[in-house]
Amino acid sequence: MSSTTKLVRVWVNGCSVDVPAGANVAAAIARVVPVFGHGVSGRARAPLCGMGVCFECRVRIDGADQQRACMTIARDGMRVQTTTEVRHG
Amino acid sequence: MVERYDVLIVGAGPAGLAAADAAAGHGLRVGLIDAQATQGGQVWRHDVRRAPTHAAVIAFEAVARHANIAWLERTQVIAAATDKLLVEQDGQSRCLHYGKLILACGARELLLPFPGWTLPGVLGAGGAQALVKQGWPVKGKRVVVAGSGPLLLAAAATLRKHGAIMLGIYEQTSAAQLTAFASRLWRWPARVAQAVALRTALAGVPYRAGAFVRAAYGDAQLRAAEVHIGKRTRRIDCDLLAVGYGLVPNVELAQLLGVALDERGRHPHIEVDEDQRTNLANMYAAGEVCGIGGRDVARIEGAIAGHATAGDAAAARALHPARRRARRFSALLETHFALDPRIRDLADADTIVCRCEDVPLSALNDYTDARAAKLATRCGMGACQGRICGTALAELDHFPRTGSRPPIFPARLATLADAGFASTTPT
Repeated sequence: MSSTTKLVRVWVNGCSVDVPAGANVAAAIARVVPVFGHGVSGRARAPLCGMGVCFECRVRIDGADQQRACMTIARDGMRVQTTTEVRHG
Repeated sequence: MVERYDVLIVGAGPAGLAAADAAAGHGLRVGLIDAQATQGGQVWRHDVRRAPTHAAVIAFEAVARHANIAWLERTQVIAAATDKLLVEQDGQSRCLHYGKLILACGARELLLPFPGWTLPGVLGAGGAQALVKQGWPVKGKRVVVAGSGPLLLAAAATLRKHGAIMLGIYEQTSAAQLTAFASRLWRWPARVAQAVALRTALAGVPYRAGAFVRAAYGDAQLRAAEVHIGKRTRRIDCDLLAVGYGLVPNVELAQLLGVALDERGRHPHIEVDEDQRTNLANMYAAGEVCGIGGRDVARIEGAIAGHATAGDAAAARALHPARRRARRFSALLETHFALDPRIRDLADADTIVCRCEDVPLSALNDYTDARAAKLATRCGMGACQGRICGTALAELDHFPRTGSRPPIFPARLATLADAGFASTTPT
């Protein structure tokens, strides 16, 4: 990363993390935890497709559930919560 | 107030951008929509740490020059009718009316189940490339890339540029097929230059033909990949495993609209005439949705579609020879990167096939059609709406995917309640 890259600061599960401006929320989460959520039978999951198709990266963003982290651009002050409960549908 | 466009284009990749430029050049009012926040589609996806390629910049600037193009980013199509689309942008619904529609929805990666593929750290090959461009941390991470097609090299090069330690690239097609492919490549000098540049960027990285990933291991996340090379199996410790088997067209919106598809192969694509017209009078399609052809095909077909919507038959016709030539390259890819049948047998009885609903392969063996399997097992009923498992099951010759119904992407109830679309919402 060049020294001139602008950074934005987001909060993932209460931890602050800096990512380059324009990065998506998935990139911010990956710097904090490897697991984004759990499948219906409880197994750990994280992004697969990276392009908004598989829905494996769904997390809570600024209070809204089921948001695709790979499709959401990280913004300063954004609060992100990975899911600990089993995800449905 | 009704939001109305002469031409509405779904998808802002190479096809959609070329279509917008051509249609707007004839003075038409154009709406260009994409679910992503930036233009470029997958092939020209915005890299937050690197400048875009020259070809991408030219395409973006061409669109930016037209005041009569409205760029609607982060806009997801939810439902569709013959004269309007219901879309969602930042949680708000909008109804976009159109005279003509150009479907430039592109493609997604073919992702096939194998033991361990649901572990965090296992990604698609194009998926890994897309995530890394948008800031996913790979510096110092040990990465294995596998699957099939030239995309593997492009993905590996991007990963390495961003600091990944590339342990190897495993291409399922045979060395003989790769050689045959390379020997025919000279007809496309730009492709040769691209291949040489990629090999230079990947100097020192092992590239093995006739090799594929059999399984991924780990507890809560990936620890190792088991790779089949020739007659041997090797276990490789790694942090990231990127596996993709090529691309499949995104035809869900076309299916919803009743656009005719060519369903002769395992994965359908839109049927178009010489001027990119579909079977429906006001609908056109361009690029990967018409069959995987790559960026050059997409740009040419997008431009043809844009001219055709404006009724400029001469401008459209002038591009026909270029398209024929570019399409020949995609036929070459299909021939030389055909899937090794053993890859269709990698999933075992316990391997999850439907990742949204955790349905294992063993639960699907008794069914011969997608609808019966869905009703009994919930396979394909989750958030991805069968885009991953349905496509995989079609590739595995279990059963083809069923048609799409609205909403074609999960949407807010408020969006579905939109009065203009009451008749198309599910009951």
